[in-house]
Amino acid sequence: MTKDEEAKLMYGMIFSMKSFVTKVSPVDLREGYMSYATNKYCLNLYETPSKLKFVLNTDTHAQGIKELLHQLYTQVYVEYVVFNPLCPLNKPIESELFATKLDEVVKQSPAYASRPA
Amino acid sequence: MRANDPKKVSGELFTLTYGSLVAQLLKDYENVDDVNRQLERMGYNIGMRLIEDFLARANPGRCYDLRDTADKIQQAFKLYLGVSPSIGSWSPGGDEFSVVMETNPMAEFVELPEHCLGLRYSNILTGVIRGACEMVQLEVMAWFIADQLKGDNMTEIRVKFVKRLEDAIPAGED
Repeated sequence: MTKDEEAKLMYGMIFSMKSFVTKVSPVDLREGYMSYATNKYCLNLYETPSKLKFVLNTDTHAQGIKELLHQLYTQVYVEYVVFNPLCPLNKPIESELFATKLDEVVKQSPAYASRPA
Repeated sequence: MRANDPKKVSGELFTLTYGSLVAQLLKDYENVDDVNRQLERMGYNIGMRLIEDFLARANPGRCYDLRDTADKIQQAFKLYLGVSPSIGSWSPGGDEFSVVMETNPMAEFVELPEHCLGLRYSNILTGVIRGACEMVQLEVMAWFIADQLKGDNMTEIRVKFVKRLEDAIPAGED
């Protein structure tokens, strides 16, 4: 499966799950953070008020993913994509700097350090 | 313009830079209406990006009504321009309000010459408001109704709610 197809599938699934969740949930999803877990993995979603979605699949024991996703938004996406005038906001991100910083922040997170060997 | 930040620039430098930008646009377009339009467009593009920075730093959460939104706009003026505008003159339907600035930092050293009286010098601000709101699914209109450069005793921007933009599925996917 190509990245493109995977992204479309992911988008479709999140879109439908989100609309289902908002319809049945009595509480408001103000924070924009959602996740679900299966036996095998955990899908984490952080959605900003501007409707940007950050998705991260982790193992089921990972801790602090919510903070990590928020950090990725504020310290990586905003700093290296939004502030980079050469990065169009409606196209796939091609910036290498972005990729490097993304890698750095993820590797520093407690969830990464505590992964099962 | 960020506190405790090595990238911070002085407010005066910002004001002067903006001034030379407007002056250059006037030279290039030779027509104040085109300049007004161009400034609004530039602001719109800035707003679309600036909102992400605002969300990242202020982490404001979603707005429930336009009063919430007005508060956030007020907060953003404080954050990015260092002024505290007042919000007021709500329309009876609650879909329109004014952002009133006692002083406009962008127009600090400016005097409009006779032939540019139609120029909305700080029109970039209206664009920023429109662009930023659009990214959080709010379509608004924003325009100047009073400007100190034109002899009014304060600077007033009117903001009108148009509609909520829905979370749409991209075309061709269902």
